[in-house]
Amino acid sequence: MIIGEPAHLPDGPDRGGPAQPLLSVRDLVKHFPVKGKGLFGKGAVVRAVDGVSFDIRKGETLGVVGESGCGKSTTARLLMHLIKADSGEMVFDGEKVGADLDLTAYRRQVQMVFQDSYASLNPRLTIEESIAYGPQVHGVSAAKARAKAHDLLARVGLEPGRFAGRYPHELSGGQRQRINIARALALEPRLVILDEAVSALDKSVEAQVLNLLQDLKDEFGLTYVFISHDLNVVKFIVDRVMVMYLGKVAEIGEGPAVFGAPRHPYTAALLASMPKMDPDARSAEAPLTGDPPNPINPPSGCRFHTRCALAEPVCSVQEPPLAAMEGLQEAACLMALPGSGHSRAPAPVEAAA
Amino acid sequence: MTEAVAIENLSVTFTGGSKPVRAVDGVSLSLGQGEVLALLGESGSGKSVTLRSLLRLHPPKRSRMTGSIRVAGRDVLELSPGELADFRGGVVSMIFQEPMLALDPVYTVGAQITEAIRRHEKISAADARKRALALFERVRIPSPDRRLDAYPHEMSGGMRQRAMIALALACRPSVLLADEPTTALDATVQIQILLLLRELQRELGLSIIFVTHDIGVAVEIADRIAVMYAGRVVESGSVRDVIRGPRHPYTRGLLASRVERAQKGDRLETIPGSPPDLTALPPGCAFAPRCSLAAPQCREIVPPLAEVGPAHTAACIRVAETV
Repeated sequence: MIIGEPAHLPDGPDRGGPAQPLLSVRDLVKHFPVKGKGLFGKGAVVRAVDGVSFDIRKGETLGVVGESGCGKSTTARLLMHLIKADSGEMVFDGEKVGADLDLTAYRRQVQMVFQDSYASLNPRLTIEESIAYGPQVHGVSAAKARAKAHDLLARVGLEPGRFAGRYPHELSGGQRQRINIARALALEPRLVILDEAVSALDKSVEAQVLNLLQDLKDEFGLTYVFISHDLNVVKFIVDRVMVMYLGKVAEIGEGPAVFGAPRHPYTAALLASMPKMDPDARSAEAPLTGDPPNPINPPSGCRFHTRCALAEPVCSVQEPPLAAMEGLQEAACLMALPGSGHSRAPAPVEAAA
Repeated sequence: MTEAVAIENLSVTFTGGSKPVRAVDGVSLSLGQGEVLALLGESGSGKSVTLRSLLRLHPPKRSRMTGSIRVAGRDVLELSPGELADFRGGVVSMIFQEPMLALDPVYTVGAQITEAIRRHEKISAADARKRALALFERVRIPSPDRRLDAYPHEMSGGMRQRAMIALALACRPSVLLADEPTTALDATVQIQILLLLRELQRELGLSIIFVTHDIGVAVEIADRIAVMYAGRVVESGSVRDVIRGPRHPYTRGLLASRVERAQKGDRLETIPGSPPDLTALPPGCAFAPRCSLAAPQCREIVPPLAEVGPAHTAACIRVAETV
């Protein structure tokens, strides 16, 4: 695709058909070098994302959850190509990103909304200019881009006549996040990455923005990656969910399956840590002790074994692979892996991997 | 129950900007001995400003406080600077959302705690350190002796929060103020800190005022909840009453819009509009422009808090419609 063509031409979406994942991620790795001679000496790296593979299906909302340092935001930035992966590949609707599909064309189809609604808008541009900026870079005429911006403002519930000429500081947090969403949609992307996009909003405004996101998804046929630390919101909005721990995928599967019957002890602990809404059934003890370990020096074997109540010696030696199981979910836990040597593991039935 | 804190008709106006901002407008609250009160509200509701008033943390030249705040029988607004310094930390102390900003980065946490103890009591450095060590054990910091010599940046987020709680409790205050101390933490660590605060409260008989925007956190920690909106308390009562039978339309809207109640694919119930601009508050009830029950009268008078049940009050003239 050549720059100069209008971005909103139908560029033949859905090349591979509905069964082809919109984005396939394989063995994504990103290590950040640690500067200076710290406690860990030279050459230490933060293993932010350490071999992550997953598919994003067409039209779904994939949730990504985990504690701070689990790599969820780094994964988002890698998906967006804001930072370069050390290794791994991404296939967007059948085309390898960076090879078959150049980055300009890829970025037009993948957009992102960040947590900080103010920091992600240029304070010197009016709302209209901010939204029209992307399409103009991609070759749309100024007049068309402006008309499009007005149209999008109306779609996200902000009257164009009142808001188009305002600057970011003249808006509330909820309004600014609507602008960020409108801007993300200006290039008619197929995939939108929402990185804690509602986390900074007040609860009464959060509900409005969640409704808006659902409406836009239906209207524009979008696919979402929804990253959040708030499991209640994730449970409500996602179709599938991926749980990350220290740069690895701990569990992935259909939302109701993972939330209803988690197969990884970390997922279970994360769910049990959410504040209860019943004054007569408050939490009596914390499901996990301590903070997440440092991703500079992750534990050997299963990375969760240092905090896992069910860990056995084998867990510190053998790293569990992500194993498929009944119920449309996969978990990386030796207890779910037949014949792994963990006493709670199912007996090996056949020579199934 | 004896009252640990009694706030009467407190108003706080900030005069530093181009327009005066009345951040707290006629708030009256009481806190019993050994009670945990959650102040629940959105940004700009005045919950943190109310909390900070108890320690007089507002810049005196750029703010005006009226009303009265009585803590352990003394009027906080009348304290002299010397008395105020003894009062802070000795009678009332506070923990914050961001321990990295509340702790001094160039001193070890142990040095900061012993300094605070020795500021308030005549005690040797060695004894102060023993007290600090006991505090660290109390807040469950692993290898406490070694951790006393750590700098704040060497600790993890949850550990720093525990160190800050130890510092706040160093001079045996009777009232602890908590300003969203778990908001920046992961859920797995948040629940640990909430349980620790509950345990300390029980064992030391502390009275706690806990500011939060998270209903779930309020339910986990508090005995009573006071809901604030645009600088005023709009509803107050026991956690059970407020959560199960909210009477103010704002509280009802807040609870109804919770995602926990909704099924996937549902539309969430929402409160329309956004929180008001404190420099241009509407006359009458500040919630009226967003309220589905608003009557013409709501836009004229500010409704007072009125009894809607035993120890349950709401500031709304249409409470008859919210049973």
